Amino acid sequence: MSSIAFFGAVESGLLFGLVAFGVFIAFRVLDFPDLTVDGSFPLGAAVAATLIVTGWNPWLATAMAMVAGCMAGAVTAWLNVRLQILNLLASILTMIALYSINLRIMGKPNVALLGDETVFTPFENWDIPFYLINPIILSGFVLVVYLLFVRFMTSELGLAMRATGVNAKMARANGVHTGRLTILGVAVANGMVGLAGALFAQSQGTADVTMGVGTIVIGLAAVIGGEAILSTRTIARWIFACLIGAILYRLAIAVALNADWIGLKAQDLNLITAVLVTLAIVMPRMKLLKRKGGQA
Amino acid sequence: MIQVEQLAVTFGAGTPLENRALRGLNLTIPEGQFVTVIGSNGAGKSTFLNALAGEVLADQGKILIDDQDVTRWPTNKRAGLVARVFQDPLAGTCEALTIEENMALALKRGLGRGLSRSIRHEYQEIFKERLARLGLGLEKRLGDRMGLLSGGQRQAVSLLMATLQPMKILLLDEHTAALDPKTAAFVLELTKNIIEEQNLTALMVTHSMRQALDVGDRTLMLHEGNIAFDVEGAEREGLDVPDLLALFSKTKGEELSDDSLLLG
Ligand SMILES: Nc1ncnc2c1ncn2[C@@H]1O[C@H](COP(=O)(O)OP(=O)(O)OP(=O)(O)O)[C@@H](O)[C@H]1O
Ligand SMILES: [Mg+2]
Repeated sequence: MSSIAFFGAVESGLLFGLVAFGVFIAFRVLDFPDLTVDGSFPLGAAVAATLIVTGWNPWLATAMAMVAGCMAGAVTAWLNVRLQILNLLASILTMIALYSINLRIMGKPNVALLGDETVFTPFENWDIPFYLINPIILSGFVLVVYLLFVRFMTSELGLAMRATGVNAKMARANGVHTGRLTILGVAVANGMVGLAGALFAQSQGTADVTMGVGTIVIGLAAVIGGEAILSTRTIARWIFACLIGAILYRLAIAVALNADWIGLKAQDLNLITAVLVTLAIVMPRMKLLKRKGGQA
Repeated sequence: MIQVEQLAVTFGAGTPLENRALRGLNLTIPEGQFVTVIGSNGAGKSTFLNALAGEVLADQGKILIDDQDVTRWPTNKRAGLVARVFQDPLAGTCEALTIEENMALALKRGLGRGLSRSIRHEYQEIFKERLARLGLGLEKRLGDRMGLLSGGQRQAVSLLMATLQPMKILLLDEHTAALDPKTAAFVLELTKNIIEEQNLTALMVTHSMRQALDVGDRTLMLHEGNIAFDVEGAEREGLDVPDLLALFSKTKGEELSDDSLLLG
């Protein structure tokens, strides 16, 4: 594989690392199967790209994309907590609504960032191979988010959020406002996904209303894959595992697409991911069944 | 002081499965009193404790804690006033979290939670000191996941967790029922000591009439969502299990079969 392809995969792995962080909060911390992600990823892209094209500072535009992602997540969790709509369904409702909203924001199916200033622009003339620039800048973003995220999860509020996910009755008995923390958690999760979308649009130079399809499955693949190969003993390591899972996943996909003899095309990606995630979920259970069967 | 007035809770009101779990219950518990509660299955004991904790909201009646009306308060808002230990050792702790994380969570019961670190050195010292008193060696295992502990160890830790912060009432719902006899005796002894030491107001549900008489200052019997009898002081001294059964038939005018309650 060429360096360009390799670092291209690392770049998108870093971006999806942010998605994996969001998926981690929803699926692992809160036990809230959240498909909003498929809508908040393009939402972040749409908000950032639209604001940048209209002349906003790219950093501010990126921050707004995060806020928009948080709002989307908050709506999903609110539908669940306050209106008592099943969590999965609540997230599907928001995701579908976001498709229309994203089209409204952009005013058309896609927005191109041609020659507009992005958060990557100041580093364009850096004296290193061009394919290294984005991965390095994204590493910076991801590192900052990672540190803040771990710090939050080990704080009093973060601990209360984890308890909300694993034992809500016990959390309430200890004075935790579980509804509020669910809303906060799903909001933060989608805020990170919105950030990923905003950075994705800026690194690719385009935002597209269909770019969110399958985001959730890639995020899940990253989380499950990371957990399979790295330690999840502490929350910091667990979150780190999600990030590494995302990078390795994108690398594996790049390798598979590169190997012509396999005959895979980019459009097969979602199918492959879905199959991989299914296997990753089922395999540990199969092992268990076999062991149980052997004993009987 | 806890005051309960005309407390009623009905599950599935207006359906064929309508169940009047509590039917206008009145009770006053002065500060520092340790009350034991008995009653047959389905008498409404757990429902009563859930109503006090806020997990079940009353349909009618009032609950006052130190003259403050908390009837409409949700569980999390009452947590500063009410602490509890559940029957199921799995229910009172988070097995996915470590011992110190569980304790850190309980350390902030009823207090605001912010962005400061949940685990701090000074907290760990408190946890170690409390755990050491159990004599189970848990003070050396702060970082172990709760799920690694046995049921008895978990109940002992739950009890410590519930008593890390002051409360107006401690609710114990058959918290030794899921344990083997030896462990149950250990947890009960610990319960007595903590309640005495910290002079707590407590309500303990038990299935053993013997135990109900042996510990605490006052014994209530619930039957069909109301108090069948309520004994304390001199009247309670010297009572034995058969006396309780007699007391029940006298007040209720019906026979209570021995096996609808566990004699112990
Ligand atoms: N959430 C609920 N929904 C419907 N009915 C309930 C609910 N909780 C309790 N009940 C019913 O209310 C009645 C009282 O139940 P409760 O659990 O308070 O009894 P208990 O005295 O604690 O009994 P046990 O000794 O078996 O624990 C029972 O008939 C029970 O079936
Ligand atoms: Mg009960």
